Amino acid sequence: MRSKKKIIHPYIPNSVPEVKEEMLREIGVKDIDELYAAIPENLRFRGDMNLPDPILSEYALKRHVEKILSKNKTCEENISFLGGGCWQHYVPAVCDEINQRAEFLTAYAGEPYEDHGRFQALFEYQSLMAELLDMDAVNVPTYDWAQAAATSIRMTSRITGRDEVLLQDIIFKDRFLVIKNYCTPVVKIKTVKHDPETGMMDIEDLKSKISSNTAAVYFENPSYLGFIETHGENISSIAHENGALSIVGVDPISLGVIVPPSHYGADIVCGDIQSLGVHMNCGGGLGGFIATPDEEKFVMEYPSRLFGITKTIEGEYGFGDVAYERTSFAEREKGKEFVGTMAALWGITAGVYLALMGPKGMQELGKTIMQRSQYAMKKISEIDGINAPFFKSPHFKEFVVDFNETGKSVKSINRSLLKYGIFGGIDLSREFPELGNSALYCVTEIHTKEDIDRLAQSLREVLR
Amino acid sequence: MKRFHQAKWDEPVIFELSTEGERGILIPKTEKEIEESVGDGLSVLPEKMIRKKPPSLPEISQMRVLKHYLRLSQECLGADLNIDIGQGTCTMKYNPKINEVFVRSPKASELHPLQDEGTVQGSLEIMYRLDLFLREISGMDRFTFQPGGGSQAIFGMVSIIHAYHKLKGEDKRDEIITTIFSHPSDAAAAAVKGYKVITIYPDADGLPDIEALKKAVSEHTAGLLITNPEDTGIFNPHIAEFTKIVHEAGGLCGYDQANANGILGITRAKEAGFDLCFFNLHKTFSSPHGCGGPATGALGVKKELIPFLPVPVVDYDGKKYSLNYDLPSTIGKIREFYGVFPAVLRAYAWIMGLGAEGLKEVANVAVLNNNYVLNRIKKIRGASFSFPKTENRIEQVRYSWEELTKDTGVTTEDIIRRMADFGFHLWTSHHPFIIPQPFTIEPTESYSKKEIDEYLDTLENIAKEAYENPEKVKNAPYNSVVHKIDQSMLDDPEKWAITWRSYLKKHRNNSGGT
Repeated sequence: MRSKKKIIHPYIPNSVPEVKEEMLREIGVKDIDELYAAIPENLRFRGDMNLPDPILSEYALKRHVEKILSKNKTCEENISFLGGGCWQHYVPAVCDEINQRAEFLTAYAGEPYEDHGRFQALFEYQSLMAELLDMDAVNVPTYDWAQAAATSIRMTSRITGRDEVLLQDIIFKDRFLVIKNYCTPVVKIKTVKHDPETGMMDIEDLKSKISSNTAAVYFENPSYLGFIETHGENISSIAHENGALSIVGVDPISLGVIVPPSHYGADIVCGDIQSLGVHMNCGGGLGGFIATPDEEKFVMEYPSRLFGITKTIEGEYGFGDVAYERTSFAEREKGKEFVGTMAALWGITAGVYLALMGPKGMQELGKTIMQRSQYAMKKISEIDGINAPFFKSPHFKEFVVDFNETGKSVKSINRSLLKYGIFGGIDLSREFPELGNSALYCVTEIHTKEDIDRLAQSLREVLR
Repeated sequence: MKRFHQAKWDEPVIFELSTEGERGILIPKTEKEIEESVGDGLSVLPEKMIRKKPPSLPEISQMRVLKHYLRLSQECLGADLNIDIGQGTCTMKYNPKINEVFVRSPKASELHPLQDEGTVQGSLEIMYRLDLFLREISGMDRFTFQPGGGSQAIFGMVSIIHAYHKLKGEDKRDEIITTIFSHPSDAAAAAVKGYKVITIYPDADGLPDIEALKKAVSEHTAGLLITNPEDTGIFNPHIAEFTKIVHEAGGLCGYDQANANGILGITRAKEAGFDLCFFNLHKTFSSPHGCGGPATGALGVKKELIPFLPVPVVDYDGKKYSLNYDLPSTIGKIREFYGVFPAVLRAYAWIMGLGAEGLKEVANVAVLNNNYVLNRIKKIRGASFSFPKTENRIEQVRYSWEELTKDTGVTTEDIIRRMADFGFHLWTSHHPFIIPQPFTIEPTESYSKKEIDEYLDTLENIAKEAYENPEKVKNAPYNSVVHKIDQSMLDDPEKWAITWRSYLKKHRNNSGGT
């Protein structure tokens, strides 16, 4: 039943009829509809939008939305081993405290005066990431890792004047498709095979495919399937010898214990910051970063906002946009790609995270993730018919579990695990059919020994 | 005038807070049994892959980190504190707090996107239902929430246009048409997709020149990407003719509805002849801007273009919600997974709280407020509004201080800095500055008449001050967080510092780093 009485909505102060009247009088029109005079009648929508009747009280709205949300079963209520582009790590309470602050949550595009804090927080994010990556320039976050990789590729294409990129063939399907769509039809993508034993890039295949058309070679560390590419230096050298650049995608949470890609020849490093203090949010927690040397040839190719530090007339720290003229905001289609609203709040959050963690925190975290994931591989491999990891390489956080000998599909195994309150790893059978019945498991600092033992025990029961 | 002063903490850069040995948080310790079983975990790595020198992050105790960021937050003026009507084009409306309760719930935040569909029926239901709502609001036939912002949604539209022509074998179509008062990304995203961009300029009435459009279309036309009302707040009454002209030339029409705040329930993409459109859930539909994301550009298409949408879309068979990856001509992916679920959830709750009549009331009051602002600014000495022949505006207006600058030498940038002294934000416009000395105001529906008056009183006073004491305005701000900034350091490669380590190297002769 639609109420005939005019509603004074709490979100719309000037819906008070007397106020409306007063404002109309001042404007000199009788009716709000007159203000739409420019819209011709054939474009006026005179029908009814078929929307549900509104739930007017905040309490009733809360009941309604929470009822729907209650149908979700979360990774807190269960033990989840899902990763592959979105990961469950512990989010320190201070991270949430800061990104829930109304000042940051509801800010947008203020000037470096009234929004000094936004500029400083993002400059600090860039600076903290720069230490983790051991590189001198980092952007204000883009949408996600996929976009960061795609933009990195386009940057190398502009820098080298070449239009082909070589991609490691083991890559998250979503990421590959984003890159492909973003590069088509300007940059061609070719994939480089992997060594079936280790998963790492097949160097001979790389050598046969690289040419004077190659703008860049792109690979990830740790890779999508969790193994660590240990020939990064060699790959970067081959790229450089051919006049191409080396782009490495990295999960930044690994960098307390694993060397950053800049140490093995990466010219551009990219990845996702969701692991650094941001909840998974059903995939909404992603944010992409790009890092390069602080050289004009790289810096001028970023499409992103880059916040820099400067001084004020009173000698205070001030902040502002570096080389704004390169952006699409300044130059439209002549600017570098495009910039807009992306994932700034997650950048501030990742900065808070790194400030809390410090060098020791990142080291200890990396180490415990290595230990826990190795323990999980060991425990799972003890089960008859299961092998983990599939690839004979060192791994970080994630690894492929090979169920082929069990004769059961990952789908059915995961269905059964659900009954034990466990979300099994990502089913790889569609993404990587060559791996057969395999799943990508993710183990982080949140998984206790008890959780891992419970997984092993449950798998035993499921496969019995 | 308000005796305002913003918080000023003179807060150091975070690295300067470091004291060796301090800790901000401790990490779960590896259990003894695990350590006994696998050792230190690192020995599996080849020596060269082990990071020996830890990253040079600062070492700071927890409360000091918290305090630092709380102080920075106080040095930032979100819409919740501001009368945020000075950021035209961006729809800085109220972001209801109840929606934050929803997104902070573990039932929304602790979800992995690849969970079994049976465990995320709630989220899928919200996505499915919001799709239905937006279909009603736009007249389009299906939506995706994958794009992570308006610009990515534009890129999504242009990707679909590209795929559509490719499938038809029309490879010759290599031009996208837009207008100068459409968002810069309408031009820029098209160029990323390899298109030549043709930009239509306004005629004397401020409307995109239809004769120029007629000349621009040809067998090379792939499509049109256009905003309406444009950034001037002027509604183009010939928009259906525009889409017709482009269709007759064989192109598709994409409607940039990032900001649809003035026309909800009033006019729709469908009736204007568009094939695609998108809404920014962080503008019109109340999700907060978050300093610039995370966000959502909800992208809708007509039936014929559904097969091209990025995958997956959410289906419902009457019993169960599911993800459908099977779209025959899909452009693949625009963003990993399904987009920013919290923005979708907030938009859903916002629409549920308003209903069809409430949405129209949003538009009506946004337009009322805007024309009220216009009426008052007309009376401010030195201010003018673009294209005065077109009197009524929809949700925003692009104004100009041209006269004031000529009279006093005070520019729009000076006034913007002076506004900060009173706790207000004002914005110029997108580039290029077709309107000289521009400023753009969009009051939305969220602010009361009293608040709007307070903002405009201040603006009026500053304009007066520009005539009486121009130097005062030129050297502003005085009561903001910091004083006037030295811009020269930001554009010179020798001097710019995008990170603290770069700053130390360039300005403190410190080799720094690891």
